[in-house]
Order: sequence, then structure tokens, then C-alpha cells
Amino acid sequence: MAAATALRATPLNAVHRDLRAKLVDFGGWEMPIQYSGIIDEHRAVRASVGLFDVSHMGEIEIRGPEAGALTDFITTNRARNLKIGQAQYSGLLYSHGGFVDDILVHKVAEDHYFLCVNAANQEKDFAHIREWNRFDARVELTSDRYVQLAVQGPKGLATLQKLTGAGLAAMRYYSFTDGHVAGAPARIARTGYTGEDGFEIYIEPAQAERIWNDLLQAGAEFGIKPCGLGARNTLRLEACYALYGHEIDASISPLEASLEWIVKFDKGDFVGREALLRQKEGGARRKLAGFEMRGRGIARDGCEVYLDGAAAGWVTSGSPSPTLEKNIGLCYLPPDRAEAPGQAIQIMIRNQPVDAVTVATPFYKRAK
Amino acid sequence: MYPDNLRYTREHEWVRVEGGIATMGITDHAQQELGDIVYVELPKPGAAVEQGKALGTVESVKAVSEIFSPASGEVTEINTTLADEPEKLNEDPHGEAWLVKIRLRAPEDLVELMSAAEYQAYVGAEK
Repeated sequence: MAAATALRATPLNAVHRDLRAKLVDFGGWEMPIQYSGIIDEHRAVRASVGLFDVSHMGEIEIRGPEAGALTDFITTNRARNLKIGQAQYSGLLYSHGGFVDDILVHKVAEDHYFLCVNAANQEKDFAHIREWNRFDARVELTSDRYVQLAVQGPKGLATLQKLTGAGLAAMRYYSFTDGHVAGAPARIARTGYTGEDGFEIYIEPAQAERIWNDLLQAGAEFGIKPCGLGARNTLRLEACYALYGHEIDASISPLEASLEWIVKFDKGDFVGREALLRQKEGGARRKLAGFEMRGRGIARDGCEVYLDGAAAGWVTSGSPSPTLEKNIGLCYLPPDRAEAPGQAIQIMIRNQPVDAVTVATPFYKRAK
Repeated sequence: MYPDNLRYTREHEWVRVEGGIATMGITDHAQQELGDIVYVELPKPGAAVEQGKALGTVESVKAVSEIFSPASGEVTEINTTLADEPEKLNEDPHGEAWLVKIRLRAPEDLVELMSAAEYQAYVGAEK
């Protein structure tokens, strides 16, 4: 299983090896897929707290007098209205309306926006933003300056609070603050990709190993577990968060991907707006729907979906759900059928049709 | 670790022969690599299987893997408990969680399989 090409590694690679993580090639990065087991890690996050190294994620920073104008122009959500210290989920689109990436926008200062982007997309995103930069703004790819850790789960706050003076309980969901964690400078955001409360912190690579170990120690009394990308995927799927390359890509628009809520048509011009308006008038070609398997089998991404005996769409993500203890998934279907849960569908698994039914999403929503 | 009374394939199956019937399963190395096993698909009794050809699949949370038949012959019995308890494959892959019994057509098929010591060296080298 020797790697043919050199994989990129995060500064915590040696730590993952010491923890006996199973490492895999994830979009060119050697990342931990699991430590103790995907189901065990998944349950730790739902019940208590888990720690993830998500340093493969990229960071792009936009600075200058027109940083806000550029950020607003290249994203679908209303970046202009963000207050300093607020974060926002948004789309980066091509002018044809398909996704370049889905991103988190953080407003650090009037003239400074901090974007968290997908690992495999970062160079593409950076080139795309620079291409549309007709503003008095500087765009910089700064991924190498940050290690990103996610502390996720109902005990995430109590774990992280032991290591920081920042008032975490007072922070709203999708807000962030610049402070310290274990004595080292950190950007602390109340964000996540698991469907649980939690935090994502951006720290200096030189401090990463120490902070990782301090977090494991701080969370020990809660049974904290290091978690890999396997659990991250099952957690995000239960919460119905899109994953680039699955629910969204260059051929999919936010209107199709149940992400119209991040498109603000009335905010003024932005890249992709005209194409999306045309699509809105003409009607989307397809829409995302959730499903549960009725027959035996697990749908996987790429499986064909049949409606009334004819091919009608495809599975974007499919997995056993550790929380629901059912086999679940997301798929594209014609819009009228996608919007009405309870549709009987068949999913082709290894050339055999297996019964499934569409259901309302998300599959999992945490109790407030 | 790997029982001496089993023979092993390069695709990480094991096989044990008693009176012309081969019992087969996946190895401990295979279950470790797969992680939490959540689904097992096996052939029906009576089905013909060919050495080196897929006879079923095991799925972990993350991935689907084919199981290859270590020998040619006819399936006489399958381990039906795995349909409801696939996690047994993680717990006891060389014992209780056997997969399929095959009436051998050509017992010499098994000659080329690895011994426990050879398999141990093989998985050691693969890492």
C-alpha cells in the first residue's frame, strides 16, 4: 500500500501515527480516517466530545479597503452585512452558477476577511478569487500558517474552556474571537461540521502538537476521543451538510443542492447571480433529497436511483447512520419528487435494485 | 495470531478443509483494515464459486470490499448469523464469523495458498 506520489501531511501527522490512526489519501493529503473506529468516534461526538485535525482545510485571506466588496462579490451569501467577529457559510460560484467551493467567511476587521475553504479546492479557489478581483483588495493563500482543530460535541465547550480565557458560553453559533488557547494565539470559532455544538480553532503550526495533547488531556474526564475523517463524514451526513465532490460540484448550483438559503439575490451583483436567476425562473433540473434504505444494502455515492422503474437520479452520499442505526443517504431527483418525502425509490447496488424511501432532512438535529 | 490449521490467500481470506468441505472467512488483518463491518452479502447455498472470483462483499462504514473465493466448488452452507450481526466479523474473524462452506471441486486448489507463517510475513511486508 505504498503511496505512489508524495502526499501532503499536516503538522500533526506524527501524532496521528503515534495514536495508531489509520491514514489514507484524502484529496492528496495523508489524513487519519479513524483511530478507535468510525462508529465509536461518531458516538463520542454525539454523546460527549471528539477532537479532529482538519488542517488539510485551506485558508484564504482578503485584505484592503475593498476587502468587503470583493468578498461580497465572489460569494452568494450576504458577506457585506457581517459584523466583525461573525462567521457565515457561503458559496463560491462560477458565472454559470455551479460551485467552485463551499466556504466559511469570517469577518476579522472592516478590511480583513478570513475564508476557510476545502483542502482539495484551495488553489482553484485562490485562482478564481484573484481572477474576479477588480477591487482594491489583496488576496492571499495562507493555509500553511494555520493548523485547524475541531473540538466537537456537547462537552466541546467545557473541554476547550479549560485552555482559554475567552468566554465561550457567551459566544453565539457562527461567531468567532481572536484569543489564546493553551497560551498560544488562536482564532476560536463556534462552528463545525458535525451537527453538534463545538468549536473550530486556528492555531500556529509550531504550537499544534502541544495544543492537540492539551485538548486530549482537558477532555479526558469527558471521554474525549481523537476522531478521523470517517466519523466526520458520517456526522456531517446525518446533519445533511454538503460535501464538495458529492452533493455539490462545478455542475451543481445552490438552488439544486437545497442551499438557496445562502443565496441572497437582493444583495446586488455577485458571480453566478444571473445564471441562478435564470435557473430560478426556469425551475431547477433536480433537487437533493434524503432517503432511508428499506431493503438490505448500503447505498454509496454514484449509485443510480430509479423512480417508477426508470433511472431518475444518483446517490451523492450514502452510509450507515450510527445515530439512527439505519442506512441513509442523499440523492438527486427531479424537483417535484425530491420535495415530497415518502417517495418509493430503488437504488441500484451492484446491479440489483434495492428499495428505499425518501425522507425529510436533516436526518439528525441536536436538541437545543 | 494466525492459526496454523488455516491456509491464507493474498486477498486476505482464510480457509480450513475438513472431509472435502472448505470453510472460509476473512482474516484478522482484513477486518482491521476494514474497520467497523456493517453489512455482509454472501452467495446462496448451491451456488457455484470459482477460485479467485468474487463470492460476496463485506462493507464497513466507509467502504465496500469484495470477498474472493479461495477455492472452486459449490456452496453448501452460509453463516446466516452475520446478516443480523455483521460486527461478529470484527470480533472473531477466524472462528465464529466464518462466511461460507464450499464442497471442493479440486482440493489441489489449496496447495498454492499461504501457511500461517507465510501469511504473517505477507501482511507484515504489506504494511
